Amino acid sequence: MKTWTICRRELQATFGSVVAYILLAVFLLLSGYFFYSDLVFILLMADFTPIAGLWQWVFLDLRLVTLLILPLVTMRLFAEEKKLGTMELLWTYPVRDGEIVAGKFLAAVAFFLFMLLPTSIPIGILYWYQPFHLEPLLVAYLGLVLLGVAFIACGLFVSSTTENQVVSAMVTYGVLVFFWFLTWNEEAANQAALRVLLGLSLFDRFFNFTRGVIDTSDVVFFTLFISFFLFLTWQSLASRKWRGVP
Amino acid sequence: MISVAGVTKRFGSFTAISDLTFEVGSGEIVGLLGPNGAGKSTTMRILAGVFPPSSGIARVAGFDVVAEPLRARASVGYFPERVAAYLDMTVRSYLDYVGRMKSVRRAALAGQTDAALQACGLGPVAGRIIGSLSKGFRQRVGIAQALTGEPKVLILDEPTAGLDPEQVAEIRDLIRGLKRDRTVVLSTHILTEVESTCDRVIILHRGRIVAVDTPDNLNRKIQRAGRVVLEVNAPVAAARTRLQTLPGVVSATAQAHAVDGAAVFTILVERDRDVREQIAMAVTESGWGLRELRTVAFSLEEIFLALVQEDTANDLGKAGNEDLDHLSA
Repeated sequence: MKTWTICRRELQATFGSVVAYILLAVFLLLSGYFFYSDLVFILLMADFTPIAGLWQWVFLDLRLVTLLILPLVTMRLFAEEKKLGTMELLWTYPVRDGEIVAGKFLAAVAFFLFMLLPTSIPIGILYWYQPFHLEPLLVAYLGLVLLGVAFIACGLFVSSTTENQVVSAMVTYGVLVFFWFLTWNEEAANQAALRVLLGLSLFDRFFNFTRGVIDTSDVVFFTLFISFFLFLTWQSLASRKWRGVP
Repeated sequence: MISVAGVTKRFGSFTAISDLTFEVGSGEIVGLLGPNGAGKSTTMRILAGVFPPSSGIARVAGFDVVAEPLRARASVGYFPERVAAYLDMTVRSYLDYVGRMKSVRRAALAGQTDAALQACGLGPVAGRIIGSLSKGFRQRVGIAQALTGEPKVLILDEPTAGLDPEQVAEIRDLIRGLKRDRTVVLSTHILTEVESTCDRVIILHRGRIVAVDTPDNLNRKIQRAGRVVLEVNAPVAAARTRLQTLPGVVSATAQAHAVDGAAVFTILVERDRDVREQIAMAVTESGWGLRELRTVAFSLEEIFLALVQEDTANDLGKAGNEDLDHLSA
């Protein structure tokens, strides 16, 4: 109930600000452009069946746009409340810390899903001209949603540690890019270490989904990643008990 | 309505408040008074549920803030030292949101918001965005926020800080107007504010309670206080004993820092009595060198704190002196 109240206020604040519309516009522009250029590339350059290979290209690009946009969505979630001083008020209302975390998390997830909706328009048009199997596409979307929600959980935690929104966004970029680059320097890592790093890399986990493959271990990994950062956020709120309130 | 027993709050190695014990009865208005850093805000945050005490028991409306935090919070309205509200919301939608957060039933929500708007004189600006309001109005929004949900207890942390005199008077009237059915704890470092609003005063100093009294008694103590600073070339203990036997002297406290072997005393004297000549005579009769003798004007707060030292341990008295220096600087 309180979760819903917080979530609703959060969405009102998001859509009441011009920032939300700029983020939506940039996301649509970039994702639309990538879809167009990937489609053209597949049709003109590649000599394999167009549709099966297309989702890999499109969703690997969407991944980048999502990485660019989501930290800018999550940066204000707690940082703004801390800056305004409203965080202290929230703590005096009969509401659990868990409900505060859940409300803000759900609001950001709802915004992300709303942001993804229009990406189905060009795909729908393509389907109208050239029907294709839907399953691989849906799996790719599932992967993108899991990846985005993981970004949100991470961004939510970082936002709870600072009252500066720019710091919040930059540190989130840092953490997420680190999880991406973990496996880039394959030559430097020995085989045993590489296996562990591959296991932790958000983007390698995501790659399977873009190929239309659901691996249970990938789903479990994302679920654990999300739960871990939500738990950290919850702990971060609780730290006022020994650190005090600025 | 409020019961605090042996409450201590530590942040790491820093002790913000230490072993506080007090009670506030139903319908009472109690002021927390003390210099900055005395522990007022920490005490109020514990009562409001922001964080739990490190040890001791705090109860609000019968609910332990640690064991039943949600029920305790449900009976408290809190106004933080740093006035805060969502600047992008209208006054009305903000108060509606606060009502929902405080579990006000849907049917009662509109009525509650209207009542809070009216009590705080916010009717004319109900539809305005909070970010566009003046400081005085934002302060009222903060108080309306505390009143929402009709809590039995109000915790107001410096409700008049930073307002112009006219606004201060309005806020005080507002608080006094609440009196009948609400228990109020408010903090301030302005003594006159306590006099005009509170039934009882709790004086905090360095995280401890140094006095609990009515404003009238407080006033009486202040009425008879004056202060003289004496620098004398003499053994500290002997000089203190001699000074304290003088008629009209309330207390003599040696300051921690001596100058060239000379002792510096802060002497509290009864009001309307100039004992400087008697002090000078006593010093010369004892064969000590008199270096400086002057009266010092104090604000009410300083006089009160100085008086309090009389009743407390010696080391606390010295600590108090450092604080007085800090205050007058």
